[in-house]
Amino acid sequence: MKKFIAIASIVFWSNFLLGNTLEVCPTCTFSTLKKAIELAQPCDTIFVKKGTYEEGNILIDKDLTLVGKNLPILDGNGNSEILTVHNNFFHLEGFLIQNIGTSYTEDRAGVRMKECQNFTLKNNRFLDAFFAIYLEHSKDGVVEGNFVKGHAKDEAGSGNAIHLWYCENISVLGNHVTGHRDGIYLEFVNNSHIAGNLSEGNLRYGLHFMFSNHDFYRKNTFRDNGAGVAVMYSKQIDMLQNVFEKNWGAAAYGLLLKEIHDSKIEQNEFRENTVGIFAETSNRLKINSNHFTQNGWAMKISGGCQEMVVHQNSFVSNSFDLAVQTSGTANNFDGNFWGDYAGYDLDKDGVGDVPYRPMKLFSYVVGRTPEAMVLLRSLFVDILNFSEKVSPVFTPENVVDNRPLMKQNVSIAENSSIQKFNEDLSLTSTSPITPEVNSGQVNH
Amino acid sequence: MISIHHLHKSFGKNHVLKGVDLDFDKPGITAVLGPNGSGKTTLIKSILGMVLPSEGTIEVAGKNIKGQWKYRRQIAYLPQIARFPDNLKVKELLGMIKDLRVGPSDEELLIDQFELRPFLDSRLANLSGGTRQKVNLVLTFMYDCPIIILDEPTAGLDPISMVRLKELIEHQRALGKTILITTHVMSLVEELADEVVYLLEGHIHFRGSLKTLKETYGEASVERAIASLLERQKGKLEFSSNGHQTFVLA
Amino acid sequence: MLEILKYSFFDLIRSRWTYIYCGFYLLFTLSLLWLSNDLSKVVISLMNVVLLLCPLIATMFGVMYYYNSREFTELLLAQPMKRTSIFLGQYLGLAGSLSASWLIGTGVPFVLYGVFGSAQAGNFLTLMLIGVALSFIFSALAFLIALKNENRIKGFGLAILVWLFFAVVYDGFLLLSLSYFNEYPLEKFALAASMFNPIDLSRILILLKLDISALMGFTGAVFRKFLGTGLGMAVSLGVLAVWVLLPTWGIRRVSLRKDF
Repeated sequence: MKKFIAIASIVFWSNFLLGNTLEVCPTCTFSTLKKAIELAQPCDTIFVKKGTYEEGNILIDKDLTLVGKNLPILDGNGNSEILTVHNNFFHLEGFLIQNIGTSYTEDRAGVRMKECQNFTLKNNRFLDAFFAIYLEHSKDGVVEGNFVKGHAKDEAGSGNAIHLWYCENISVLGNHVTGHRDGIYLEFVNNSHIAGNLSEGNLRYGLHFMFSNHDFYRKNTFRDNGAGVAVMYSKQIDMLQNVFEKNWGAAAYGLLLKEIHDSKIEQNEFRENTVGIFAETSNRLKINSNHFTQNGWAMKISGGCQEMVVHQNSFVSNSFDLAVQTSGTANNFDGNFWGDYAGYDLDKDGVGDVPYRPMKLFSYVVGRTPEAMVLLRSLFVDILNFSEKVSPVFTPENVVDNRPLMKQNVSIAENSSIQKFNEDLSLTSTSPITPEVNSGQVNH
Repeated sequence: MISIHHLHKSFGKNHVLKGVDLDFDKPGITAVLGPNGSGKTTLIKSILGMVLPSEGTIEVAGKNIKGQWKYRRQIAYLPQIARFPDNLKVKELLGMIKDLRVGPSDEELLIDQFELRPFLDSRLANLSGGTRQKVNLVLTFMYDCPIIILDEPTAGLDPISMVRLKELIEHQRALGKTILITTHVMSLVEELADEVVYLLEGHIHFRGSLKTLKETYGEASVERAIASLLERQKGKLEFSSNGHQTFVLA
Repeated sequence: MLEILKYSFFDLIRSRWTYIYCGFYLLFTLSLLWLSNDLSKVVISLMNVVLLLCPLIATMFGVMYYYNSREFTELLLAQPMKRTSIFLGQYLGLAGSLSASWLIGTGVPFVLYGVFGSAQAGNFLTLMLIGVALSFIFSALAFLIALKNENRIKGFGLAILVWLFFAVVYDGFLLLSLSYFNEYPLEKFALAASMFNPIDLSRILILLKLDISALMGFTGAVFRKFLGTGLGMAVSLGVLAVWVLLPTWGIRRVSLRKDF
């Protein structure tokens, strides 16, 4: 990855050095961007000054660098895709791209990269885009520090903020996306990484993986999205140090895993979600050192999950820590911290001497009769749970932590700094944007 | 002052008062006598409105007392058992009653009479039974009411206080008040009562002056007169099966 | 009535039991704060405690206070006062002193700890409110039971049964019927049934604060509307108020018809 960035920047700067510069402004020689692009030589740099440019769809098919000065506006007037790039090298920076307009027949985008390689889309703003950034059949690109805000009302009439389709080796870094269908969408995308983004208030998923392998996402915040983050039909996805919070609803999850295999979920923070992690037919997951607080269900594990390792996590103040539908085989829940654990540690080795059963009877009851939820925290329910704890009848025998921790794993606390990082990002992105994303962090 | 017409009271199946007609219209002391369970306390509580009659009416100063409470301003009542909130001090209790009953009160003299001054700052829980009864007496007599009702006023009193109490009652009679006393102490009746009402099983079996009582039963003391009244009544009950025949001697 | 209220209140706040009760809360809250050092956890612990303890103590105190002050009540009844003022005054004095114990016992440590600057202020206020409401409701129920029963043993027994019923048995029946009629739409029933038990009602107020994430997992529209909007809060508070008024009205009614 570092290598790529190094090469990319060399190429970028060499373009500056090699090419000429052109200026576009309402009173310049070039008063339209189209004209400047038409006359530009490959490797040229076009500076666009403040102003509103309503030029419809602009096609780019040569190596170019487009730099906006004082946030020039590219306006689609509600009925047009704006930049369509079909070329290898491209750099776009400092534009406000707006009013693309909803279409039910085509996937219009603010910027579409079609079969591109070596490109950077950096520090741009997108307002009311149908799709904001649309990458198809592209590779080796960076999408960084963009602010995307839509006003999506229903799923059918809205597009994704950042959409990747059949891509390879793409970095999506430090963007702030909100008000779209999916915040970041990946389909058939491999070897890519998503880091330091803030995805909130999107209709469906904050981040959505489909049929994508060997990717990882890290230090992102997903908040208040319709259904959280979905990772489906993929394998070897690493999910590290993200914050999932306030995803509320009947079908809302912090993280939804469906047919995910051989993936890692580590050091994430799950806060106030209806369900922290929902896993279905997923195998060989490593769920370690995550922090679950104040979720309805910290983890819900549906049928067909095998060889799952849940280790070193802390579960605090969740309505239910764990709901397991069928026990599955070879799942291991040892060595976690459970806020409700009431055992003792006589030999002072930091591990409780009595095994803990995180799946309560009431969790089973609510699974069968959801309305029984109104009895949560009732004395009667506590008595029921206690009797079940003494001799399990209804809850799966093998859902048990044989080595419950007496103290929380402290390394998780670091997550609050991720949150802060993203808060800062969302603040800066309302003004001309220069978020500091340390690309050194993003090594694959 | 008080007139009772056809007063019936049942507690569940227990028919306590079975048609009592009484008038207290002259000032003076009436002793309400009768064995335990004869309905004395029920009668008194009915006058105070604490027990609600099953049948019949009670008028105080010419007004039906049903659902009323202001008429109680004219009544001073000494209850049988004196128990007060444990955590109040004597002073506070007095203050409280004064808060509740508007109008002028005169407790200072009474406090001295019953030697209560040293106890004013004591908690009621820490007082002996006799001292509490003294407090009870002060509460009763500190207001100037035309009607005074005393339920077992001598319970737990030492001889000196007893004398004081008698003086107090006689003083009130001299002021022309209507006073009702229930007691088991016959000497007190002998000393104080102008009139006797004898209650038995919910009926009034005798009403008349002390003199008439003694004469009727040919006895020298009230105690004996009452005893022979009871015996006669028993004999009557054995003779007649209907039993509850009333005879009133006025 | 205000005079009676005042005297009952002052009588009670000087009672040993009030001190013990208040001291218990004080100690409990302080030790929780000291041990966990985390306001939110202490609030959650106390929320579990308030549902159990406030009704129990209010019930016991209510019955005890009524029977203990019986003779004094008779003295008052002989005074020129309205019956309803005597009993409502005593009841309010009792409920007031219980609430004061609760508010001081738990409130003071929290306030000293600086709850009002923290994110827990809302939860804390809900907690305080529920404690007060439960104290009022259950002391009224206890008063009513004692008024209806001359026999102390019977009165005590009945009061404990009432507490047990609302604290445990009711929920058992509710859960049983919910499980039994599993196939039917039950959301309205479940919500309505909770309204008929003041402890359940208070619990739902707490759930709205602590477990909203889980509650929002419902598919039912009625549930979502009730719990997800201010409606749930408003209705719960309203019904809680009815729960205070109903036994109070009962006290008035019974006291007017009773012989002493």
